[in-house]
Amino acid sequence: MSVLRERVTWVWLALVVLTCVTTWGLSKDLISPTVAVVGTFLIAAVKVRYVILDFMELRDAPIPVRMAAEAWPVVVAAMILGFWFATGA
Amino acid sequence: MSTLSRMPVATADRVKPRRLPGVDGVWVAIGADSVIFAILFMSFMQARLKDPAVFEASRQTLNMHLGGVDTLILLTSSWSVALAVQAMKRDQIDREPRLLLGGAVTGLMFMVSKSIEYFQKFAEGITPATNDFFMWYFTLTGIHLLHVVFGTSLLTYLWIRSLRGTYDHLHRAVPESVASYWHLVDLLWVVLFPLLYLMKAV
Repeated sequence: MSVLRERVTWVWLALVVLTCVTTWGLSKDLISPTVAVVGTFLIAAVKVRYVILDFMELRDAPIPVRMAAEAWPVVVAAMILGFWFATGA
Repeated sequence: MSTLSRMPVATADRVKPRRLPGVDGVWVAIGADSVIFAILFMSFMQARLKDPAVFEASRQTLNMHLGGVDTLILLTSSWSVALAVQAMKRDQIDREPRLLLGGAVTGLMFMVSKSIEYFQKFAEGITPATNDFFMWYFTLTGIHLLHVVFGTSLLTYLWIRSLRGTYDHLHRAVPESVASYWHLVDLLWVVLFPLLYLMKAV
């Protein structure tokens, strides 16, 4: 088993790159708060989705479980961004 | 006869059975934990709504770099444990111990990193009583850290058992359950980190 042939390895690599983009890219002062926060939480939702589908192996879970699992990052990111915009308004 | 005998094989090839890794009970716990954390995230945002200036000033005192490194540590830990489960499915028993140990050691690294962060805050005179932001910061990271401690203990147990060749494709319900829980700990931090450390004010 070569580690490079494993799908989870490529998922891990993508998750690491996305973490670096949000932590050391979008957080810079020259990025506007709206772009930074919206970008950061959309990326967080994508990261969570891939942790769920590939690390947790819910890609082949029973349909209701997969739907509930996929809904979680969408609902959480929407809730956080909704409150964030409400706070700024 | 030949057509009939081919049919079940063709059906088995086409339809991949849908299944949950590990035991079903662990998914009830994971579901409940996910809902509880979603409610905690919402409560944090409600508190932030009342006093955004204090939350922003306090957030800026956090060590974003340490938080980012913590995220990379947990992602790497999850990856190592996911590889261990793949090794079990293929009966690559000799590969399992070092991958499970990798998961446990990175869990330990997260605990050390969080301890350093807490001690830095205490040294600066910052406690949960400082303000609402730090009450939430210590509560949310504290509950998450308890999850990390529990998960690291379970991974250590799996590592010790794997040294005796306990787990293979037929005997993997326990490690799959622990792995699923460990990935939950990872994904909760993936949200918690930007919520506390990266969320700039408008």
